[in-house]
Amino acid sequence: MQRFINNPDLVVDDTVRGFVKAHSDLVKLADNPRVVAYAQAPVQGKVGVITGGGSGHEPAFIGYVGRNMLDAVAVGEIFSSPTAKSFHDAIKIANGGRGVVCLYGNYAGDNMNVKMAIKLVAKDDIEVQTVVANDDVCSAPLDEREKRRGVAGEILMWKVGGAKAALGGSLEEVRAAAQKAIDNCRSIGVGLGPCTLPAVGHPNFSIEPGKMEVGIGHHGEPGTRVEPLKPAADVAREMTKAVLDDHDLPAGTEVAVLISGLGATPTNELYILNDTVEEEVRARGLKVARTYIGNFFTSLEMVGATLTIMALDGELKELLAVDVACPAPL
Amino acid sequence: MESFSNADGGDIVLEIARRIVENRAYLSDIDGLIGDGDHGVNMAKGFSLAAERLRGKAQPLGASLGTLGDVLMTEIGGSMGPLYGVMFSGFADTLKEVQDIDAAVFERMLRNGLEEVQSIGDAKVGDKTLIDAYAPALQAFSAATANGERFGDALDALVAAAEKGRDGTVDLVAKIGRASRLGERSRGVLDPGAASCAIILRAFAEGAKAKLDSSEPRKPDGAQS
Repeated sequence: MQRFINNPDLVVDDTVRGFVKAHSDLVKLADNPRVVAYAQAPVQGKVGVITGGGSGHEPAFIGYVGRNMLDAVAVGEIFSSPTAKSFHDAIKIANGGRGVVCLYGNYAGDNMNVKMAIKLVAKDDIEVQTVVANDDVCSAPLDEREKRRGVAGEILMWKVGGAKAALGGSLEEVRAAAQKAIDNCRSIGVGLGPCTLPAVGHPNFSIEPGKMEVGIGHHGEPGTRVEPLKPAADVAREMTKAVLDDHDLPAGTEVAVLISGLGATPTNELYILNDTVEEEVRARGLKVARTYIGNFFTSLEMVGATLTIMALDGELKELLAVDVACPAPL
Repeated sequence: MESFSNADGGDIVLEIARRIVENRAYLSDIDGLIGDGDHGVNMAKGFSLAAERLRGKAQPLGASLGTLGDVLMTEIGGSMGPLYGVMFSGFADTLKEVQDIDAAVFERMLRNGLEEVQSIGDAKVGDKTLIDAYAPALQAFSAATANGERFGDALDALVAAAEKGRDGTVDLVAKIGRASRLGERSRGVLDPGAASCAIILRAFAEGAKAKLDSSEPRKPDGAQS
């Protein structure tokens, strides 16, 4: 492995320490070293907004802690859910007296640990609501949407939830806005090369040279098909078709487009993809109101990209426009 | 009635932990085929942390299982942290205030543990999870004791059924957890959770059996105590 690592078993601790040192103006470490919180948390009188997930997806999840964004993040091992205790501690440090909403992805471990954290929190007299992201169109058919994974659409969900809370929304209003945000998102990933967990030391799946895996998940979950790698324009067309075919949007709908690299894809290639995505979206009579290009939600050093398209209404547009300050780009 | 003492049983947990740590690479390798290859790493981390806390404490079996459950639940995360965490905590709850562990207590303990696992996970038999080793093991143990078999023989039946169940996961398609995303492609590979569960149950059963063998010889049949 050609990696900057001290000890494979301490990768997460080392990452979080370096992160907090870099961004101490915006974030702090809770007493639990697996909880990163907004420097000003808890913000009294504001609904707390938290998430949690495995590490290896940086800048997600910790990079989205900040002003008008997430109040706390529970940090897991690489690609592994945080503990129930960390979710519990994240809820506690985010609680400004108006309840806490936990916006997380639909992974077995996260589901269980959040469920247990909510049991633990019962004695703390904090009201908690949850929204489970399920924007990945390839992870289950549309009629089993509740089984779908949460992927890069989560970032837009956090942004909307964080903004709604910052504008003084009640717990129920924040939950509803975040739910609407994720309901309006559809995502797809295309993988060109695998990633290696530092503690394992070898890639745990393979993508042959000259192939691409359409529908790949954020941990290398297999996609729906493996195909010969095509020119970027064809890949972009395929990705746009997959997300928009899943989402029956009337002509004239405004959308936000988010293209995220998976870790080892150069940013310029994301712009190459966007060149065609924008054309395809417009060809369907939709209007791109906002575009986000960058490494927002990665998978270690996986080669590939995800495309997320979110349908906007007045409220979502307004919430996406709220000014934020967090370590990650947005 | 054959039994072993709760107070003397704590070292069984250390032995369970030792076997999990010993199988770190094996469990990660199986997990690498259909999961993300970290099952052995995470399990070994949790069980060795629990063993460190237990070493030299000479706690009873129940309390030791409680420590293991707490460590897994609070320190490990992932899916296996909460699943095995509630399982061992369920074992510990059953053994609270119990002095002598006989086959009936042991069966109640196994049943509680399974109920706890099923209360947070949604897996059923056949979904290619640890349940496929656990449920048949419990069933075999119950059947053996109901048949009037001795505690030690029922423990042997438990181990055999757990391992048969584990081996049977090769032919199953994962219905739940990360491997379920693979659909048909998850067939042909052992389930890592069933594999670790079989290791735990074997270590537990062998530990219990050794305690039975070393405890007082049985009173002749019909003797009253």
